Amino acid sequence: MSEIASSTWFTTAPHWGWLIVFYYLFGGLAAGSYFIAALIDLIGRREDRPIARMGYFVAIPCLMVSGVLLLVDLYRPDRFWHLFLQSNTMRPIFQYWAPMSIGSWGIIVFSLFALLSFLAALAESRHLSWGWAGHLRPPSIVGRVIAVLGILMAMYVAGYAGVLLAVTNRPLWSDTPLLGMLLGVSAMSISASLLLLIARWRGLKFPGVRSLDRFDSWVIGLTLLVLVAVIVSLGSVARVWLSLWGALLLVAVLVGMIVPLFMRWRSARSAQTSALAAVMVLIGGFILRTVIVFTQQGIQP
Amino acid sequence: MAEPMGFFTDTTVCIGCKACEVACKQWNQLPSPEGGANTMSGDSYDNTRKLDGINWRHVKFVEQFSEDRVGGRWLLMSDVCKHCVRAGCLEVCPTNAIIRTEFDTVVIQSDVCNGCGACVAGCPFGVIDINPVSKTAQKCTLCYDRLQAGMEPACSKACPTDSIQFGPVRELRERGAKRVSQLNDGGESRAYLYGADEKMLGGLNSFFLLVDKPEVYGLPPDPKLPSRNLVPASMFSALGALLVALIGVFSFRERRSGEGEDRP
Ligand code: SF4
Repeated sequence: MSEIASSTWFTTAPHWGWLIVFYYLFGGLAAGSYFIAALIDLIGRREDRPIARMGYFVAIPCLMVSGVLLLVDLYRPDRFWHLFLQSNTMRPIFQYWAPMSIGSWGIIVFSLFALLSFLAALAESRHLSWGWAGHLRPPSIVGRVIAVLGILMAMYVAGYAGVLLAVTNRPLWSDTPLLGMLLGVSAMSISASLLLLIARWRGLKFPGVRSLDRFDSWVIGLTLLVLVAVIVSLGSVARVWLSLWGALLLVAVLVGMIVPLFMRWRSARSAQTSALAAVMVLIGGFILRTVIVFTQQGIQP
Repeated sequence: MAEPMGFFTDTTVCIGCKACEVACKQWNQLPSPEGGANTMSGDSYDNTRKLDGINWRHVKFVEQFSEDRVGGRWLLMSDVCKHCVRAGCLEVCPTNAIIRTEFDTVVIQSDVCNGCGACVAGCPFGVIDINPVSKTAQKCTLCYDRLQAGMEPACSKACPTDSIQFGPVRELRERGAKRVSQLNDGGESRAYLYGADEKMLGGLNSFFLLVDKPEVYGLPPDPKLPSRNLVPASMFSALGALLVALIGVFSFRERRSGEGEDRP
C-alpha cells in the first residue's frame, strides 16, 4: 500500500456517471453559447447580431436538458427543492461554501437572464409579437445590463462545475484546483464550435462567422495550456492516466484540439474544413468530460 | 450541549467476531446486501468489504502473511464514521440534511437528504454511501436515538472484548493514551492513536489505536477537508473566464473592414 499517491485514495466514488457527463456537456454549451452571444451583442459588429441571436436560441434548450439531467441524477428527485428551501421551515437555503448549493442557485439565476435574452431574440426575429421584449437586448440600457449580468452568470455556471469536483476528496478531482478552469475554458470552445457548425450549416456569411473560428482556435490553445497545467499540478497523482482513461484523454486532445487547430491553420478560409473542425472539437469536448468524470471511479480503498 | 461523545476503538483486542456489525444492523434495521443473496468476497474472511449506506460498522481483516504462510499476523479493525470535529460530509451538504448533534456527533437526517451524492465524495474516509432502500445517503449515527434515551450505542454494547469503547471523548482519550503506554511498555512499540488529537480534522470523536501505518488499515494518512480547494479552484476558474473574455473581446469587437470573405 506504500504506493498510494494521495490521501484521496481512501474515499468512496459518488454515483456521478453518464448523466453528469452529459450535464457537463449541455450545461457548458448553454453557458458558452450565451456568453458568446451576449459578448457579440455588447461589443460586436451590428451585422453579426443574427449570430448572437443564434446563441440565445441554443442556450435555452441546452439549459433545459441540463436541468433535467441534474434532477434525474438525484436519488430522490422528488426532493430536489430541498436544494433551495429548508424542508422543515420553508426558508430559502444558500450555503456559499458548498458548491452544490451555490451552483444550484447559479443555474436558476442564469436561467432567468438566458430566458430574458431568449425572449428578446424571439421578438427580434418576429416569432414573438411583444414589441417591448426587443429591448431586453443591447443596445438598449436594460439590454446591456441583462447581457453583462448574464455573461457573469454564464461564466459562473461554466466554471462552478469543476469547482464542485475539486471540493470533494476524490482522487484526481480534489488533487488539483484547475479542473474548474479546464471545464470552463473548454465550455467556451465547444460552444463556439456548435455555433460555428450551425452557422456553416445555414450558410451564413457574416464576418462574425470567421471571428468564431478565430475565437475557437485561441480558446483551444488556452484549453491545451490549462490541460498541461492540470497534469503538472497533479504530480504523482497524474499516473491515474497511465490507463485506458489516459489513452482516451490523448484521443480527446488529438481529436478535439490538435487536429482541429491544424486543420484551421492549413485551410483557414474553407467553410467545409471549419465545419469539420467544429464537429471534432465537440466530440473531443465530450470525450474530455467523460475522462474527467470517470477516471476516479475505479479507485477505491 | 452535552459533553462530546465518541468511540475509542482499540484494534489490538478485536477478535473479528463481527458482533458490532450484527448489533448495528439489528438496531438500525439495515437491510442485507442484494436482497440477502450470498455475497462472499471469496478471498478473505471479510465479506462486508466496506462501509456504505447499509453497513455502518465494518470489521476489516488485514492479513499480513509471508509467502510461505509461516510467519504473519491478522490486523483486525472495526471501522466506523469518525464523527469528525471538522467534518467534510457536513460542509459540502447543500440541503442541511447533515447536522451536528448536542453530543458533537454528525448525523444525516434521512427525511431531508435528496441523494445528491456530495457527501459521499466529500468524506475523507469513504464512510458514506447511498442506502438503496431509502435512496438517501446514510452512515453511522453513533446511535443518536439511543444516546437521547441515555443508552450506549449498539455496537460498543455488543463488543465482547471492549475493543469498541463508548464514552465522553475527553475520557476516552485519556484511556487511549494509557493503553498506548501500556503496549509500549510491554514491547509493542508500534502502537499509537489515530485521530485522537486536534491536528486531524479538529479531532476525530471516533478514534483508533493502531499498530501499523494508517494506509495498511485503509485509512488516509493525511485526511483533509474538501473546502481546502474552494478558494483556489474558484480563483483559477475566474482566471480562465477572464482569459476567455479577453480572447472574446479581441475576436468579436468591431474591426476595420477588409476581414475577407470565406471561400465556398
Ligand atoms: S468520517 Fe466522514 S461521514 Fe463521518 S463525520 Fe467525518 S466526514 Fe462525515
